[in-house]
Amino acid sequence: MDILSNLAMGFGVALSPWTLMLAVIGCFIGTIVGALPGLGPSNGVALLIPISFSMGLDAISALVLLTSVYYGAMYGGRISSILLNIPGDEPAMMTTLDGYPMARQGRAGDALVVSGVASFVGAFLATIGLMLLAPMLSRVAYQFGPAEYFALYLLAFCTLGGVGSNNQAKSALAALIGLGIAMIGLDKTTGMPRFTFGELHLMDGIDFLVAIVGLFAVSEVFFFIESHGKNSAIGVVLDKVRIPWNDLKRSTGAMLRGTGVGFVAGILPGAGASLGSFLAYILEKGVARNPQDFGKGEVRGVAAPEAGNNAAAGGALIPMLTLGVPGSGTTAVLLALLLTLNITPGPLLFTERPEVVWGLIASLLIANVVLLIMNVPMVKIFVKVLTVPSHILLPGVTMVAFVGIYSLTGSSYDMQLMVAFGVLGYLCRKLDIPTVPIILGILLGNAMEDNLRRAMVLSDGDWTYLFSSGVSIGLWVAAIIGFMAPLFLRRFLKRPSLPEANED
Amino acid sequence: MIKADRIFGLVMMLVALGYLFSATHIQTSFLSDPVGPRVFPYMIGGAVILCSLVLVIRPDANADWPGLGTILQLAIALAVLIGYASAVRPLGFIIPTAVAAGVLSYQINPKPVSALLTGIGLSVGLFVLFKMILGLGLVGFPRHWF
Repeated sequence: MDILSNLAMGFGVALSPWTLMLAVIGCFIGTIVGALPGLGPSNGVALLIPISFSMGLDAISALVLLTSVYYGAMYGGRISSILLNIPGDEPAMMTTLDGYPMARQGRAGDALVVSGVASFVGAFLATIGLMLLAPMLSRVAYQFGPAEYFALYLLAFCTLGGVGSNNQAKSALAALIGLGIAMIGLDKTTGMPRFTFGELHLMDGIDFLVAIVGLFAVSEVFFFIESHGKNSAIGVVLDKVRIPWNDLKRSTGAMLRGTGVGFVAGILPGAGASLGSFLAYILEKGVARNPQDFGKGEVRGVAAPEAGNNAAAGGALIPMLTLGVPGSGTTAVLLALLLTLNITPGPLLFTERPEVVWGLIASLLIANVVLLIMNVPMVKIFVKVLTVPSHILLPGVTMVAFVGIYSLTGSSYDMQLMVAFGVLGYLCRKLDIPTVPIILGILLGNAMEDNLRRAMVLSDGDWTYLFSSGVSIGLWVAAIIGFMAPLFLRRFLKRPSLPEANED
Repeated sequence: MIKADRIFGLVMMLVALGYLFSATHIQTSFLSDPVGPRVFPYMIGGAVILCSLVLVIRPDANADWPGLGTILQLAIALAVLIGYASAVRPLGFIIPTAVAAGVLSYQINPKPVSALLTGIGLSVGLFVLFKMILGLGLVGFPRHWF
């Protein structure tokens, strides 16, 4: 079979001792990053891109390292959700609902093992789904012209804005800020500068890595200063960890259902892992015979969202690899990584650089096995890491952000720009404006404009060309629905509130 | 009380007007395509004004904005970060990093001794990690010292 021979090639690329070592290191760092409150997969990957790039890693090594970090962070997010009632990252929010009550009943070890296995099931099956679906989608994507791509980018912004935020105007504004920033620099077609105000540093445009690290990592430090690091986790204890076979058996169905829902949610552009775990939890509560136990330490309420968010992480790679359109904040950061490595995602990637695609898929499978081993028998190590106080952690993260950008660009101007993006990120979070659309706008802005202009060249300036094919009309309709539908659905999809925090 | 969303909407409107004005000055070349380099920025600017209007008309409830003391703290942190961005090139990695990390640590948890140790520890530790182990091109101290 085609897939098997491709996969064999992928393992040939990814199974060298060097890449295996990188996968182990990446998984370890990723789990830590995911577990620490305030650091999630997006921050973790964002911080490491400039550093791995400055280290001169080749494309495959960098991909293996950073996708291991990505998957590791998805696994790690559950640890602080369960032990501290603080989601380590946003997708792990739903895991707190039943995980924390379980921990308070003295079953923290059980919850950690079940959620670790659920993460594995979700991520592993999703990676297989990715293997089967991505080549098919890439064949469809071949037929996309500039008009279709323009509509597709619009769809990504609209669903991201519709699903991922509480206020459509704010997420649209965020996307527009990103697009506006992307316009800075030389115009590719005419070679004329735009919005540079004579500043030489701006001629090349604003480096998206500077923006990402600023928005995702530097902004955190302002938050922690404001809150004086209240979320630190000193004094966590975890008893002996045993494998609760009964719980695992009871929650197998929940894991599989969560995987299915999460995977589909991940594929939808703009939806991502948070929606995946949310829907998986709601579904599980809906089909369970004992919905009243959910929220009080029901093991299936831990398994379903955890399988869901990890499956969504795998599903989100599909649109990112085949179309170049990321489905979530973290895949946006991974897209930034690919662009930094001079790899352009899209249908051509599968035919022109098969070793990259299949090496990536193989390394995801490897990473999953490594993570299962790390996250079930070795989970105690990561619990120790949680006790690093935030007055050491946050300055450390900030300094790593500076080191990354400094060694990448060597310029004080870019570091100051990064700080400015950190301030922007802080203000946005205060105003409840999502920052992911800003990143997506910066990443996709030039491609979006380019496709629009190429479409107009093809049609000789006739704007109705944008709606001239069935595919593009479908995408426009989907975009409008994705943007508007949550206005009406929001009433039915209210998030359940977090369980009561420790009162002692 | 004035809603923060209203202020933000108004500020974004002004920014968008400036953006549109600046876009009218983008030069086109004789080789240009039917759309040219100005149309997409016009679309962005127009849409920003539209969204800002929505924010001004229908603002959300205010978040908890920090008090004056905290804002001062944040301003100090900002000054430290900007200062660090300018200092790390001429002064080398170790001294500015120790100072900046120490101040930030003090701001999160105001204990002078632990902040001092955090600053020095992070600065030396990160230098060893990045320079010696990972081989990044950092400079430890000002070049003319040695």
